[in-house]
Amino acid sequence: MTVTGSIGRRLTGLLAGVAALLSVLSWWMVSELAREAAERTQDNVLAASATAIAEALRSEQGEVRLELPYSAFSMLGAIGEDRVFYRVTAGADLLTGYADLPVIPAPAVTGRVVFDTGSFDAEPIRMASVSRAVLAGTEPVPVTVTVAQTRNGVGRIAAGLSRLAAVLSVAFFAIAAILSAIAARASLRPLHEIAAAVSRRGPSDLRRVEHNAPEELAPLMASLNSLMERLGQSIRRSEDFIAEAAHRVRTPLATVRTQADIALRTVEDDAEKRRLRAMIRAVDESSRSAGQLLDHAAVAYRADDLARRPVDLSDLAAQTVAALEPAAAMKDITLGLDADAVQVRGDPVLLENAFRNVLDNAIKYSPEDTSVHIHITETGGEAHITVTDEGPGLGGGPVAALTERFRRGSNTECIVGSGLGLTIVEDVVTAHGGRVQLGAGKEGVGACVLLVLPL
Amino acid sequence: MRLACLALVTVAWATLSSALTIENHKHYPGTGDQVLRILSTADLEVFEPYLQAFRDSRPALSIDYTVVSSAELYRAIRQGAAFDLALSSAMDLQFRLANDGFARRYRSDATTALPQWARWRGLIFAFTAEPAVVVLSTDRLEGLEMPTTRQELINLLRENPDVFGGAVGTYDVRESGLGYLYATQESRSTDAYWRLTEVMGRLDPQLYCCSGRMIDDVRAGRLALAYNVLGSYAAERMARYSGGRLQILRMQDFSNVMLRTAIIPKTADQPEAAGAMIDMLARLGLRETPGEWHLPPLISSDMGDAAGFGPIRLGPGLMVYLDPLNRRAFLSEWKDAMEQP
Repeated sequence: MTVTGSIGRRLTGLLAGVAALLSVLSWWMVSELAREAAERTQDNVLAASATAIAEALRSEQGEVRLELPYSAFSMLGAIGEDRVFYRVTAGADLLTGYADLPVIPAPAVTGRVVFDTGSFDAEPIRMASVSRAVLAGTEPVPVTVTVAQTRNGVGRIAAGLSRLAAVLSVAFFAIAAILSAIAARASLRPLHEIAAAVSRRGPSDLRRVEHNAPEELAPLMASLNSLMERLGQSIRRSEDFIAEAAHRVRTPLATVRTQADIALRTVEDDAEKRRLRAMIRAVDESSRSAGQLLDHAAVAYRADDLARRPVDLSDLAAQTVAALEPAAAMKDITLGLDADAVQVRGDPVLLENAFRNVLDNAIKYSPEDTSVHIHITETGGEAHITVTDEGPGLGGGPVAALTERFRRGSNTECIVGSGLGLTIVEDVVTAHGGRVQLGAGKEGVGACVLLVLPL
Repeated sequence: MRLACLALVTVAWATLSSALTIENHKHYPGTGDQVLRILSTADLEVFEPYLQAFRDSRPALSIDYTVVSSAELYRAIRQGAAFDLALSSAMDLQFRLANDGFARRYRSDATTALPQWARWRGLIFAFTAEPAVVVLSTDRLEGLEMPTTRQELINLLRENPDVFGGAVGTYDVRESGLGYLYATQESRSTDAYWRLTEVMGRLDPQLYCCSGRMIDDVRAGRLALAYNVLGSYAAERMARYSGGRLQILRMQDFSNVMLRTAIIPKTADQPEAAGAMIDMLARLGLRETPGEWHLPPLISSDMGDAAGFGPIRLGPGLMVYLDPLNRRAFLSEWKDAMEQP
């Protein structure tokens, strides 16, 4: 599997990116609107000023008269500290004001205010102009009032609002980024929960994953469950097959063994006897392997639905030792049992199986005339079962690998074995929530197998 | 070539100065070469302490102080006369100069400390707030009740033509920029102004160019009453000649408060020194104790509270009465009221 980035980070990044885009956009919009609003305000004030002056125009004795209203100019101070220019022309003649102020093209309709931007005395200005016909002499003359103002106030108002908008946009972005991270985490939570639920499972737990899943994860869950089911079926099938095969082999082997025994008692020839003994040993070994395969299948089957009954380990050990005493005696091996009364909860059949396999291994690999010692104690809330022998030890290879199926130690070439014994032991102990530790015996001689079971 | 240029400049300067009607002039030599040329409407006796204080802080600087009328000052700066600082009591003319681009921008901690209403665009800075007052001669008004409003003043003038005939003084608004500012602002704010002007017009009023002379004439007994006089000058005269023959009255119905303002003309050669002077004036304008200075600060406890009026607003409204059409109309009305057969 190659890890290609994180959905959470990507989601956060995308959402934050969208938020940043929106922030910039909103800042730009607010800035533009603020400028627009400030400009319109200035236009309105300029228009009001020009109109007020135009309304003060009057005709007196055939002459155009004008007295500028005070308010027409004082209102222009409302926008900011802007310079004010004005001009009033009657026809082509300047009536009053700044002669060199730029001229706005005459409005189409008299009485309508027209606006223009221009430049006066090296400063940009906004102008408003309104025309009115006033009687001069016998004819009405068009009188044009133009009021102009620099744009500093508008710029200052717009810049102030733009700064405010920038601060707000940054704050908005910061909040949005935090919320993005929270949202990404929240939307990925079901995925994490399911992953945690699946990874909490034991190694042989192949039940369906019955976790609540959002719509998007449903296909993944369905596939996972279907995979688990197929895997479970496949494992069960192969175990069934092995059990069936072992069972079918064992029965004829028992017959062969019995027949060989009888034959051994009846033949006289030493060479024949030797051959028969070799045959019997081979049959025993095969029968033992078949037994172990059956045991393994039984463990796999029973571990799925583990019984939890109180089991006295010392009793169990005593029974196992008694059962294996004849095999040990054949090699002059002494079995020593030193057990406290320790009780665990579990499946006695499986535990007996595990004990038998450990002891069987110890007897099998111990040289003649040695001893195998079993020690059961309760240490720190756990049951410790130690089996030590004086055999060749576990070889130099990796210790943990020895519990793998069909794996045998590197120094076992001359001894017949299936390599299943320690696998069964470990399966049983793990199913009970315990663990297996392998090591060298005392003073580096022999092997030491430690089974740890919770009480 | 350079000499020729210099000669030309000198000639131009001579022409300009000769065109100026100078009221007073004084040169304060410094130890260095630099000269700060100040064109001002403030009388020398009122303003000298400020100049001395500034000289103390910069002994190297020479100061050339020229006193002119506010209209002269406006005309000179508009024509490009070379001055480094223009101080005027006619805030409308000063504003117009700033608006029309004859002032140089200046900014410092002292100017930003000024209240918003005391500065405009960094071009014009107010450093005093001076009310218009009525100055009375206590000798000539013996036994008469002191007026507190314009209506009472009108009644007093009407009922005592023998006391006030030929003995009422006020600004000639055609000549004095400050007089014109006071008159126009007053006509805008109270309709009693025109009635009062008409009453004064019937009493054969004496017209003056400047506050100082009016106050001197009241002190000398030539005038019984001077209307619309700079309160700061009157207070300075009262302090100088403790005769007790002057009385200063502030009208309770309405009272103009003028801001004395400074601008650095575009033509200034010493804008840095002019800025330093503005800084000093601005700091003095914001002082909290009256001190030894003759001109009042911008914010003082006795001002504004009683009358409830702020100073004349420094804004484009000031340009309205400077418009030739408006000026002509106002002066014609004023003349009709003031000059009665």
